[in-house]
Amino acid sequence: MTHHRWFTPWVLVAPAAVWLFVFSVWPAINTVVLAFTNAKPLGGGHFTGLANFERALSDAQLVDALVNSIVFMLVCLPLLTMLPLLIAILVEKKLPGITFFRTAFYTPVVASAVVVALIWGWLLDDRGLINGLAQGLGVVTTPVPFLTERWLLLFSAISLTVWKGLGYYMIIYLSALGNVRRELHEAAAVDGAGPVRRFWSVTVPGVRNTMLLVSVLVSVSALRVFSELYVLSNGTGGPGGRDMSLVMLIQLYGRGFTGHLGYASALSLLLLVVTLGPMLALLRLNRKAA
Amino acid sequence: MLVITVSPFLWQLSTSLKSLQEDIYTGTPSFWPERPTLSNYAEVAETIPVWSYAVNSLIVAAIVVAGNAAGATLAGFALAKLRFRGVKLLLGLFLATLVLPAEVTIISQYVTVRSLGLADTLLGVALPGAIGMLNVLLMRTAFQAIPPEMDEAAIIDGATAWQRLRHVGLPNVRGMLSVVTIFAFIGAWDDFLWPLIVLTDPDNYTLTVGLQYLNGTFSANPRLIAAGTMISFLPIVIVFAVLQRFFFKGVEEGAIKG
Repeated sequence: MTHHRWFTPWVLVAPAAVWLFVFSVWPAINTVVLAFTNAKPLGGGHFTGLANFERALSDAQLVDALVNSIVFMLVCLPLLTMLPLLIAILVEKKLPGITFFRTAFYTPVVASAVVVALIWGWLLDDRGLINGLAQGLGVVTTPVPFLTERWLLLFSAISLTVWKGLGYYMIIYLSALGNVRRELHEAAAVDGAGPVRRFWSVTVPGVRNTMLLVSVLVSVSALRVFSELYVLSNGTGGPGGRDMSLVMLIQLYGRGFTGHLGYASALSLLLLVVTLGPMLALLRLNRKAA
Repeated sequence: MLVITVSPFLWQLSTSLKSLQEDIYTGTPSFWPERPTLSNYAEVAETIPVWSYAVNSLIVAAIVVAGNAAGATLAGFALAKLRFRGVKLLLGLFLATLVLPAEVTIISQYVTVRSLGLADTLLGVALPGAIGMLNVLLMRTAFQAIPPEMDEAAIIDGATAWQRLRHVGLPNVRGMLSVVTIFAFIGAWDDFLWPLIVLTDPDNYTLTVGLQYLNGTFSANPRLIAAGTMISFLPIVIVFAVLQRFFFKGVEEGAIKG
């Protein structure tokens, strides 16, 4: 039995439903359609079959971008799954001033990736703080080319991604740690288990599902990296454009009046396929555990 | 640990306050500016229209916050508390969008916005994110946590759906609503890729796009870039520091469950 007029729910849900169809469902369908055309902002839009995908197969820059994305993911994954958990355990204790620490760790999360990348760009600059200190202390004689060498640039972008992500995943772990039963820790302590042993035998199994969730979130966001690499390389994609990410390529081809919307859409589909990998891996791991 | 988190921001603040006479490229850097000055903030405003960029960012963020607060609350309530045909299908579609990274549809999103005549406008930047699908689902979860007995009591008293939303629903979802609005504000203020695609005229840039423009086009003076980043960073930190109580409380109430 209902207690409201039949159209009431629809009136309430209408704005969100319009947004769902106009800005989610339709663009998703249109991406698939465009991927099989030679669409450009002005004209074009003829069906070209698999031409965009054939072009992708012989695109050297795309190979670089895929390699970068996978390296990015493989380095971020262990660091951002474990470090925030360790910090969360440290921060969890009800210490005075804990609110301050929590907020401080969260500050890089609320800052824009552009702001963070500009700050790190200055720190890592040839004449910036880190090179200045290293030269002043005599560790190196010439500046380390953090931003102008292909792999160093990639690893610089990875470091700032890890730095920015710590607080975000820490908060997720904090709410999970609250659910780990205190008695288990006490029982293990009584049985003579030290802090390291308790971490592996009580904490880790207790937050196992959260760790799986975090590892998927980390992987997917690593595969979607854009702003960090774009700003650190000043929009160039590094030396020879070899530090492009997949999303940078999508942006490069899709933007402006000369954009290749069709090719950019084909790359978008590729991005979707790549990001589905970690999600499917999570489903499998979950099923195995059940 | 805290040093690692906070010191890069402080170093940037320090750089932004150093005068042109002070050598900032040195092997023995000093944290305290010799003669602290705000002249870099004045000069960055002469190089790029940084204050109008800030206003642009604020306009976008205001539209996104208002849209999400209203749209996600209304839809979340209907999906959680009212029965109607098609609710399951609709819910499934909302859920399905979550596995779709925004970057995958960003190009066709741009095609849509352009065909609405909104390319290179702030409305075009704000509109697609004005009702976030995740926010609808978060608000639905919050409304579902309200015990059904409270609704039944209201129904017996003859309350309409609207009255139930106002007097039973809203007072009980404040925590989640604050998380949704804070996230919406931060997300809109910080966004870079989408405004970079939509906006072409430098007069229309938001702060993030404007800062990269400053960095890419007039990259000479790190003091100016530092001043620009602080203009973007300080408002969001102040907003967050003031609201963090509500934010962490809302998160603990179950915004993010593992």
